Amino acid sequence: MNIVVCGKVIPASTVTIEIDPATKRMVRKGVAHELDPAAACAVEEGLRLVEKHGGTVTLITMGIADATIGIRNALAMGATSAVHILDDAVAGSDTLGTAKVLAAAIKKQPFDLVLCATESSDSYSGIVPGQIAFLLGVPPLSFAKEIAVEGDRITIKRQSESGFDVVESTLPALVAVSSGINEPRYPQLKGIMAAKKKEIKVYTAADLGLSPDQVGEKGAKEKVLTIGRPPKRQAGKIVTDEGDGGRQIADFLAEIKVI
Amino acid sequence: MADVIWVYAELSDERVSPTTLEMLAKAAETGKAEAILLGPAPDDAPATLAKYGASKIYRCADPVYRDYLTLPAAQTVAELIEKHRPAVVLFASSYGGRDLAANLSARLDCGAISDVGDFTLKDGSVEATIPALGASYLNTSTLVGSGPKLLLVRPKSFEPKVNEQPLVIEEVAAPADASLRKARVKERVAVRREGPQLDGAKTIVSGGRGLKGEENFAMLRELAELLGGAVGATRAAVDAGWVPYAMQIGQTGKTVKPDLYIACGISGAVQHLSGMKTSKYIVSINKDPDAPIFQYSDFGVVGDLFKVVPQLIEELKKRKGA
Repeated sequence: MNIVVCGKVIPASTVTIEIDPATKRMVRKGVAHELDPAAACAVEEGLRLVEKHGGTVTLITMGIADATIGIRNALAMGATSAVHILDDAVAGSDTLGTAKVLAAAIKKQPFDLVLCATESSDSYSGIVPGQIAFLLGVPPLSFAKEIAVEGDRITIKRQSESGFDVVESTLPALVAVSSGINEPRYPQLKGIMAAKKKEIKVYTAADLGLSPDQVGEKGAKEKVLTIGRPPKRQAGKIVTDEGDGGRQIADFLAEIKVI
Repeated sequence: MADVIWVYAELSDERVSPTTLEMLAKAAETGKAEAILLGPAPDDAPATLAKYGASKIYRCADPVYRDYLTLPAAQTVAELIEKHRPAVVLFASSYGGRDLAANLSARLDCGAISDVGDFTLKDGSVEATIPALGASYLNTSTLVGSGPKLLLVRPKSFEPKVNEQPLVIEEVAAPADASLRKARVKERVAVRREGPQLDGAKTIVSGGRGLKGEENFAMLRELAELLGGAVGATRAAVDAGWVPYAMQIGQTGKTVKPDLYIACGISGAVQHLSGMKTSKYIVSINKDPDAPIFQYSDFGVVGDLFKVVPQLIEELKKRKGA
């Protein structure tokens, strides 16, 4: 089975994210990047399915040149190949623009299953998977915490407000996985060496048949008007426990009339 | 004429969800609120929607919306939007709400804004406020283009308000298209939850990675019980398998707004903060004096939670007994 994983490469967790006031976008240049941990779960799930059923895992990412580090990570984990959409014309895309780019790139690959994270760990919008699924004409299955494939059918356990739903669908389908579905493997030296020889196709928006008014900032339907820091909460009282921390909390609870 | 604002109604625990009622309050305050109710629902659901501000309800009780994921509902809502052209359509930032809004956005080639905390509507133009990057930033965004404006609203962003309207129901037909029946819900499993629930709890005692293990949540349960509250957790504690997902508070879990939030062994990752930082009072206990949670706390203790929490429990028992 051919699995395509859409994965975002985001500023590393050690980076304090800054916003460029002029573009109102995250500052990405010169910042350390990594494969989004949520996307790593999708890659891991793809690898596990391929280990069981055979096939390929192709990572598709859209992003800046620094994204290569995240792509290499997925390849070192075991992904077969990767596609990198690298073009200034796609910068500043909103969720729908992003979905259009990714769906166009997916259509260039043979696929039975598309996997992605339910939401990326930086922007958390959580709607790109559903948009991609519509553009591909496949059913969207999201919030998956377990996946099983049998023949041309896929069954997932889908997180629900009260527990979980067991959902069954035909393939091809798109599944967005919840973080915590698995523990992504660490790339081993052998995998890291092998990754160097694996193919990374690079596409521009034009290669995907997308015009500049469909994607990027120009095509975005969502426009950021302002961005700033929310008002700071007034500083409270912080004490160091010297054997009476619990009692001091009780005093505070009495003060605010909780007890 | 007032702008028409639609609310996609959701059920949770067999009743109209609290977020639906919150959205109706905002919709009625901004314009003329109307609701969409798809799938089998309790008999009193339409009356509840009207009581909380819906001046009209588009309803279809067909089980297709309950038994199949997203596609039948998206088809029906898209047709309704194209026919009636409401100014704004509101969805809860829930599991189903996000899937549905995403599908509609791609289908109708229009924008959708996630995680909306508030919005205004003026001359057909919507301006939404969104806590971005785990609430460390606050954005305002707008949607351009002639399509409908889809907004996904964060729970607890608005106060539900009784705003009695006459019950007006317009029945709509379920789509017959078999190609929409691709992903079927085979089974719904409810995970048993014990004790008071997070939704609506006045006090929440929450644990993070610092709890070190499942067994130590017993201590938090005892504290919560003494305060008449519920127990919550961070994603780290849930991912570690110590407690079920239903207890997760934060960007990918529940948004809560209790009077008192006691954070135990929680460092204060932005994703967690975004789910609880609007609590009225925040008390935290953490070993690390530099933990970000202290910047948001009304009262913080830098110390070992395994010493501080038992002492707090004893103190509460003593004071309650007195």
